[in-house]
Amino acid sequence: MTEAAAEPIAGRGFWQLAWLRLKANRAALAGLLVLGTLALVCLVGPALTGHTYDRVYPDYVRVTASLDLHPAQDRLEPALQRLAQRMRARAEGVRIGTGVVELDLVTPRPLDRRNLALFERSDLFGPPEVTAEADEGRRLTLRIPVETQRFVFGTDGNGRDLLTRMLVAGRISLAIGLLASAVALIIGVSYGALSGYLGGRVDMVMMRVVDILYALPFIFFVILLVTFFGRNFLLMFVAVGAVEWLDMARIVRGQTLMLKRQEFVQAAEALGVGTGGILVRHIIPNLAGPVIVFVTLLVPKVILIESFLSFLGLGVQEPLTSLGVLIADGAKSIQGAAYLLVFPGAMLTIILLALNFLGDGLRDALDPKDR
Amino acid sequence: MLAFILRRLAAGIPTLFIIVTLAFFLIRAVPGGPFDLERPLDPAVLENLRRVYGLDQPLGQQYLAYLKALLTGDFGPSFVIKDFSVAEVFARGLPVSMRIGGLALALATLVGVTLGVIAALRQNRPADLAVIGFATLGITVPTFVTAPLFQIVFGLMLAWLPVGGWNDGAVRNLLLPVVTLALPQIAVIARMTRAAMIETLRAHHIRTLRAQGLSQTTIVRHALRGAILPVISYLGPAAAQLLTGSLVVEQIFGLPGVGRYFVEGALNRDYTLVMGTVVLIALFVLVFNLIVDVLYALVDPRVRHD
Repeated sequence: MTEAAAEPIAGRGFWQLAWLRLKANRAALAGLLVLGTLALVCLVGPALTGHTYDRVYPDYVRVTASLDLHPAQDRLEPALQRLAQRMRARAEGVRIGTGVVELDLVTPRPLDRRNLALFERSDLFGPPEVTAEADEGRRLTLRIPVETQRFVFGTDGNGRDLLTRMLVAGRISLAIGLLASAVALIIGVSYGALSGYLGGRVDMVMMRVVDILYALPFIFFVILLVTFFGRNFLLMFVAVGAVEWLDMARIVRGQTLMLKRQEFVQAAEALGVGTGGILVRHIIPNLAGPVIVFVTLLVPKVILIESFLSFLGLGVQEPLTSLGVLIADGAKSIQGAAYLLVFPGAMLTIILLALNFLGDGLRDALDPKDR
Repeated sequence: MLAFILRRLAAGIPTLFIIVTLAFFLIRAVPGGPFDLERPLDPAVLENLRRVYGLDQPLGQQYLAYLKALLTGDFGPSFVIKDFSVAEVFARGLPVSMRIGGLALALATLVGVTLGVIAALRQNRPADLAVIGFATLGITVPTFVTAPLFQIVFGLMLAWLPVGGWNDGAVRNLLLPVVTLALPQIAVIARMTRAAMIETLRAHHIRTLRAQGLSQTTIVRHALRGAILPVISYLGPAAAQLLTGSLVVEQIFGLPGVGRYFVEGALNRDYTLVMGTVVLIALFVLVFNLIVDVLYALVDPRVRHD
């Protein structure tokens, strides 16, 4: 007897059990892993692709996705001829080496050297170097380094690197998802907990307000908020969050109604703890389970709403981008450039799938019914 | 039952009233007006326009006038779509939206319930897993991704169907928008039916039927009656949403429905058009929730409305 009492078995707490159950759910774990990886890649990726999201390469419009190094060898000579033509010159004896081209630029009149900057301004070449001069400056021998680029996911209709843009878009989508959900969480939890705890007539009026807001066509509401706030990126979070708190308020209210009949709340009341104290100390911490589950499922919903708004042209503005903007661009250029739709579409789907799996897993893990 | 319906309709009136009031003052609080064009209008012209549409009067008076007109079923003239009243705009767009929405709803219910039942009967077997996989994808892939994908595959690559256009509602033109609109709903309904069906199949009355040796068809029929309830309550708001037009589908497939008037109206500050859309949607939601309640009572004898 005494021995058993000396070694008490550590009871596993609610959160420990939940984590164990979540670990056993392979889909949820995969979702968590994918999300973590994606978030990390989106965070550091744009610095590693070698492009910035708003850098326009006029010479590389709608390059299809491939691992190839650009420019292709057979593109160099036509490009040189075109540039030479703009200087009213002829390119002769083009010799293509690795990473460098050599040519003779022949002009009827001595060439103004400032024109040579045209080579540099093209996306294909670096600054030219004059190695020899003949015919009183009518024949210049040039050595021009070739600037190589890689566009793994291709470029968009303006010649911007799609991969970099997707990563930046992923960043924005995830940020909007998290921040807007946080806004919805704060409003929804305080509103629902207050309504449920106060009960009676206050509760009725507060829930009536929610009912009415529910009946307002949501998109109209968001559009109003967006026009109010003037398409401000940060305020869009608030706008979406301010619309999405309704469900949260309902769930929290229901839970609160159930909780406030429990003995520990009555005990606190009997001890003279005030309304605010009971809400903060006893009600809100006990709401954590259902609220966490709801937030996990709210994040993909918010991301979807943001993409939807951006798709309609009401969301994030150029040159900044979000997955909705990219998908809208892709949808407009489906003829011949399907990758512009497929890649961002796939990325959005993967994010949403991962979040949903995680949410479902959390729901199973946190459900107190089958403990 | 009739008394119940009347009572519910009466209860809807204050809700409708509050929605109209809220929307009216919200949209008026947004900066800008319907006549702010790229090139500013001549002040005299602007003043005349404002007088014609009654915008020069105090806001309270405008509100009362709008309410009064609304009571007689008059939505007023559209401010931006010239020579059209809001009612006329709806008369043109609504049949399009309702046809597409109605077909999508029918398709979604039929396919969704069937898939859900099949999955529930084959729980944890390949057919079930396929349905779950499809449903998860259907819920997560947004309409604005599926729609252009369908256009690429069926419109451009296979060239079976036109990529867009209304074409007087020809079946060929309707197919892609209807399927696109129905897919997410199919997914949701299938998932709901499956979950509810699995639960009812475990119920006592179903076990009794099994014990009595009744055929599988009979058992499914009995179980479905209980399992269909959550689907019915989901269909109410879903129907209202589908029938008043999906913005994205109408935009991508170039269909002249009412969906796009939401955005257009709000962006152009077309006050009456936006108000009209709000009222229209609120009415749809109200009516469909009522229909759901009635259906509920018909399917589930435990629900009483007296």
